[in-house]
Amino acid sequence: MEALIALAVGVLTACGVYLALRGRTFPVVLGLTLLSYAVNVFLFSMGRLAIGRPPVIAPGAAGYADPLPQALVLTAIVISFAMTAFVIMLALKAQAELGNDHVDGRGEP
Amino acid sequence: MNHLPILPVLLPLLAGILLLAVRHVPLALRRALSVAAVAAQLALAVLLLVRVAGGDVLVYALGDWAAPYGIVLVADRLAAWMLVATQLVALFALLYAVRGIDAAGRHFHVLFQWQLFGLAGAFLTGDLFNLFVFFEILLLASYGLILHGGGRLRTRAGLHYVVINLAGSTLFLFAVGTLYGVTGTLNMADLAVKAAALPPEHAPLVRTAGLLLFGVFALKAALLPLHLWLPAAYANTSAPVAALFAIMTKVGAYAILRVYTLVFGAQAGPLANLVEPWLLPLALATAAVGMLGVVAGTGLRQQAAYLVVASAGVLLAAFGLNSAGGIAAGLYYLPHTTFAAAAFFLLADAIAGRRGELADRLDPGPRIANARLLGSLFFVAAVVAVGLPPLSGFVGKFLILRAALEHPAAAWVLGVVLATGLLGIVALARSGSLLFYRPVHGLEPGAPPPAIAPAVVPVAGLLALALAMTAWAGPVLDYAQATADQLLQPHQYIHAVLGGR
Repeated sequence: MEALIALAVGVLTACGVYLALRGRTFPVVLGLTLLSYAVNVFLFSMGRLAIGRPPVIAPGAAGYADPLPQALVLTAIVISFAMTAFVIMLALKAQAELGNDHVDGRGEP
Repeated sequence: MNHLPILPVLLPLLAGILLLAVRHVPLALRRALSVAAVAAQLALAVLLLVRVAGGDVLVYALGDWAAPYGIVLVADRLAAWMLVATQLVALFALLYAVRGIDAAGRHFHVLFQWQLFGLAGAFLTGDLFNLFVFFEILLLASYGLILHGGGRLRTRAGLHYVVINLAGSTLFLFAVGTLYGVTGTLNMADLAVKAAALPPEHAPLVRTAGLLLFGVFALKAALLPLHLWLPAAYANTSAPVAALFAIMTKVGAYAILRVYTLVFGAQAGPLANLVEPWLLPLALATAAVGMLGVVAGTGLRQQAAYLVVASAGVLLAAFGLNSAGGIAAGLYYLPHTTFAAAAFFLLADAIAGRRGELADRLDPGPRIANARLLGSLFFVAAVVAVGLPPLSGFVGKFLILRAALEHPAAAWVLGVVLATGLLGIVALARSGSLLFYRPVHGLEPGAPPPAIAPAVVPVAGLLALALAMTAWAGPVLDYAQATADQLLQPHQYIHAVLGGR
């Protein structure tokens, strides 16, 4: 399971970086979104991967999952969600004002 | 428990909410409210400074959950120092904005307060993830502020600013995640304890996380090669926002100083002085590149933005000396350079408003109204900014050079700081003589100039702060020295946060 998660994080990050380096705002926004997915999965797995374990005290539990990364991921998800909404609005504003969707505002129309 | 440390964080948050709730009342009332809130925050910051000046480290455990399990706010000399500098700049930037620039968008005052909320939180928090959250708060407010007023150039520069900072936030989370995965804590004091007792097999992972964090903070501090976002963003935004943002690069410098003295300082075992090989060379390169930008600048605001880059370089070079003298010199230089940069941005806007269509472009233009007054202020601001005697810039640079003498790379530090100072003098002298001594006769600036007094008061106030730092250099330097000593003895901080454990 660790290898699978690590691979998923790696592929998401690689795709995110590639897209974020593109010249148009839409792929850049997608790239940033993929990067935030990657970092969320990464943060989550930093509490170690466990199946079927309660995060808070439960009678008779054999072991516990680490609850802290789950709280961190929740915060990170909310923040990245808000930021994505903001950057989409900004990209639309840029396209309206600059007349095209190039990140430097000077691509061919 | 003493509630003083949380008040500077709570007050701007509540003021912002209140301003949002009363958004339909007349603008004059909201302005008064906003200015009063910043003045109250300044009073709180000064109170905190007086309270911690004796060397106490105030710890505020939120919800009374003890560290390292709960989240703590920690007020020590450094945090109080940064808070006072922030609130002073904010007050004068706001006084400049209430002349009418704040009416260009709907929520200027709300965003302004929340920007201060994020800044105060970032300076006071004792938890690395909390630092991330406060960074996001101040960034989100800054995204709104940087676009305030609108316009094509502003939108384009704003888009770059937002995207690069989002990428930076992602890196921050990767670093924080790695640190948590290895050490199992995010409380900075606890991290310091864990880093000092780190098993050797975990050292490479923590080193990676520490250097990733350095990348993030370097991005905020505009350290070469991560400074490229700054000039366009600062030069194209509105003047009071740019003046407030003069403190934003210092948040990065603050984070570098805090984390790399506390967690990765001299006592961190295998990770001791983690960024020492990187910080000084990069900082000197930043100072050089920034000052070349000032020389090559085609507009006054662009020059001011590059001055921010150059001063970030000099500041981080002082911190990079990694000695008590260097850090103390940097802490003296930090508020001075913030005031100087803020004054420069405001002054550039006041001059641009009197040159018609030429605005701040460095081409010969019409005679400027009130040229005598603006010219004198420009002269003082330039002397402060480039560090000529007898004003605070000279004292700051002199302290940095004196601290550098004991460093093995002294020749480099002396060479770069003195050469960039000379370049700065040449560039600003050229701009000043072009703006004030070579008016093109026959050209008229068109519209009558706006009133002079409201624009000049905040600029004069900021310059007066720089003068005060010169006149009372002794007490200020004593405080900076005590702060540096406290930073280099992190066991005080750790003991205050973790108690006897």
